[in-house]
Amino acid sequence: MLSRTADHLYWMARYIERAENMARVLDVTYNMSLVPNAAESEAALWQPALMIAGNVEEYEKEYKEYTAANIIKYLAMDENNPSSIYSALRSARENARSVRVALTTETWENINTLWLEFSQFFGANLAESGLSVFCDWVKSRSHLFRGVSFGTMLRDDAFRFLRLGTFVERADNTARLLDVKYHLLLPEEEEVGGAVDYYEWSAVLRAVSAFQAYQKIFSDTIEPWRVAELLVLREDMPRSLHACLSEITPILEQLSGRRNSECRRLAGELHSRLRYGRMDDIFQDGLHEFLTDFIENNNTLGGEIQRTFLNSHGT
Amino acid sequence: MNTATKLPFDEMQLTDGAVREIYAQYADWIRDVPHQQLESKRQEAELLFRRVGITFNVYGETAGAERLIPFDVIPRILAASEWERLSAGCLQRVRALNMFLHDIYHKKEIIEAGIVPASILANAQYRPEMFGVDVPQNIYAHIAGVDIVRTGEDDFYVLEDNLRTPSGVSYMMEDRKMMMRLFPELFRRYPIAPVEHYPQVLLNNLRAVAQPGVQDPVVVMLTPGAYNSAYFEHAFIAQQMGVELVEGQDLFVRNNAVYMRTTEGPKRVDVIYRRIDDDYIDPLSFKPDSMLGVPGLLNVYRNGGVTLANAVGTGVADDKATYVYVPEMIRFYLGEEPILSNVPTYQLSKEDDLKYVLDHLPELVVKEVQGSGGYGMLVGPAATKKEIEEFRLRILSSPSNYIAQPTLALSTCPTLVEQGIAPRHVDLRPFVLSGKTVTLVPGALCRVALREGSLVVNSSQGGGTKDTWVLER
Repeated sequence: MLSRTADHLYWMARYIERAENMARVLDVTYNMSLVPNAAESEAALWQPALMIAGNVEEYEKEYKEYTAANIIKYLAMDENNPSSIYSALRSARENARSVRVALTTETWENINTLWLEFSQFFGANLAESGLSVFCDWVKSRSHLFRGVSFGTMLRDDAFRFLRLGTFVERADNTARLLDVKYHLLLPEEEEVGGAVDYYEWSAVLRAVSAFQAYQKIFSDTIEPWRVAELLVLREDMPRSLHACLSEITPILEQLSGRRNSECRRLAGELHSRLRYGRMDDIFQDGLHEFLTDFIENNNTLGGEIQRTFLNSHGT
Repeated sequence: MNTATKLPFDEMQLTDGAVREIYAQYADWIRDVPHQQLESKRQEAELLFRRVGITFNVYGETAGAERLIPFDVIPRILAASEWERLSAGCLQRVRALNMFLHDIYHKKEIIEAGIVPASILANAQYRPEMFGVDVPQNIYAHIAGVDIVRTGEDDFYVLEDNLRTPSGVSYMMEDRKMMMRLFPELFRRYPIAPVEHYPQVLLNNLRAVAQPGVQDPVVVMLTPGAYNSAYFEHAFIAQQMGVELVEGQDLFVRNNAVYMRTTEGPKRVDVIYRRIDDDYIDPLSFKPDSMLGVPGLLNVYRNGGVTLANAVGTGVADDKATYVYVPEMIRFYLGEEPILSNVPTYQLSKEDDLKYVLDHLPELVVKEVQGSGGYGMLVGPAATKKEIEEFRLRILSSPSNYIAQPTLALSTCPTLVEQGIAPRHVDLRPFVLSGKTVTLVPGALCRVALREGSLVVNSSQGGGTKDTWVLER
């Protein structure tokens, strides 16, 4: 298929996944804010959302104070913020429009409808009352997108690039969420497993739809290292790092191949770390170091995919 | 306002109030349909079109603003006999025009015979680069959109032959799909000829014009990109044909061949259905600042390494200054009498014509020779005094740039407007496909001027579309 088409498909999926994960983070943070004394201050509660999105500096250029209203506006609706939900969904739709030929009619119409529906949230006061409705809407549109593409698209390279985008982005987002939260929730001197806020950790789980899974698997109190295990090593947990790499690796094997040995190698290396790694060892060397390393490697993989398949200059 | 003294011909109703025979069943049906129901059908259509993304970018409006072309729920109906004549006339025209194009890029016999003046070779649309170049099957205009208007029961005129990159065929197909969805009961009452096979016919033709010796030719569609006003159509046709929709940046030239950049490496391209104008297709040969084209494409094309549809240089044949010679071309190349008439046309490069036109501006339609899309034209009867005087100055500064025609009383067709159903002016654009065969599918883009009295049907000027029903018997 055309490199440009593959590029649009890959990024379309990445942007939708990004919007969904942003919505998840906003949603649980918002719910936390309803729990009395959940955090020392409004700023302390909302700042992590910015850190997960990875753009604290840009925020500070545009906004002065760390208020819920500002952060929500910045992360959900700000068109100057390239990773706001608004920007991500707009980019997804622009990408889709450029390759509507490569999508099934249902998939295209789904994304186009998403964009048409988005206008209902313009000007809404999300911080005051509408945030949950908005986040639910983003999540459900993302679910629909995955469902309709999975249910209607031919299993060819177009489909593979689309799926690749989803899981590369998701792996990145889950790793960031876990990294930021783990950092913030564990006071430096405290041992892993010390006194942590039940609500905070359940919020992390809810942000990746893993709360029920946790209860089912461990049926025990929520312990941070188990949360980490669930989100890093459990292959059966669909938003875990392991699960993402288990999707990425075979896709790279199936792509009609040329010069993609480096992609396969990178993915294989990451995959085997998650597949054969032990949580104890990861903690031993530091979860933060592990996650930073993972995010970096996942980025390198993304760059290699871009270079090998998507940039049309390589001919 | 239309100053035509008598009422224009109406497709449905005769002046005495009687319904024309082919509309009889439709009239029976619509009599019992309340306005509100039609209006809700119209809204349903609008919603669906938006969801599908059948939108149109209008030049000069906010960048990226997407508008729908209004869709009218009342069809235009053509009898089998009417269609027979129209289609024979269009096929005849396009055959002659293709022969004309071959001729003026080779022996120029028609000029030698004194039928077409040699000045045509100085036309900006004449491409000297194409002189002596042989194109497969001698076909230049693979896709032609012939604009036809009607002024009476038997009076059809060809307004224009669009031989460059005519658009609108997606509306022929999407409007049909919409009508079948909104009014299935009508399709049981009328034997309506299907149009859905258009992309298949087109694909077969495009494959047939690959350079000789190419096995299993690869066809692609070349678009200027997602911001082009007709992007939806490009995507739609490419998808229906199952070919790649490429942009200039996806193609490159190497060793006298064109390749597309794919995830599996370069892939050879044999036929390019291009929807980019000549000027933009190759920055090395034409506009050097064009980002839309493919550097070196023209050279490969001239050397027979790839087929372009339509060919480079077709613009000289659909130019409004060339238009006047088409009936003579038909006689010269085919030895036949033209089936469809031209609109009488004044050439402002001729002194007598110029004088007449300047004296009668309020009655005439004046068009720029190379204009399209309804830009740069004067509709005398609808223009203010000031507009007419301004236009007069433009004409005087460069008379040969203009032609003029009498204001035709275009036929009207009942159309759903705010106040109810009212007559609005319509035209018709069937698409003639040349390749293995010269054919056209029984249907057309029907454009309707939604403003009362307006004669300008272009979508860029607020025109809408209607489904066209060609009856099979």
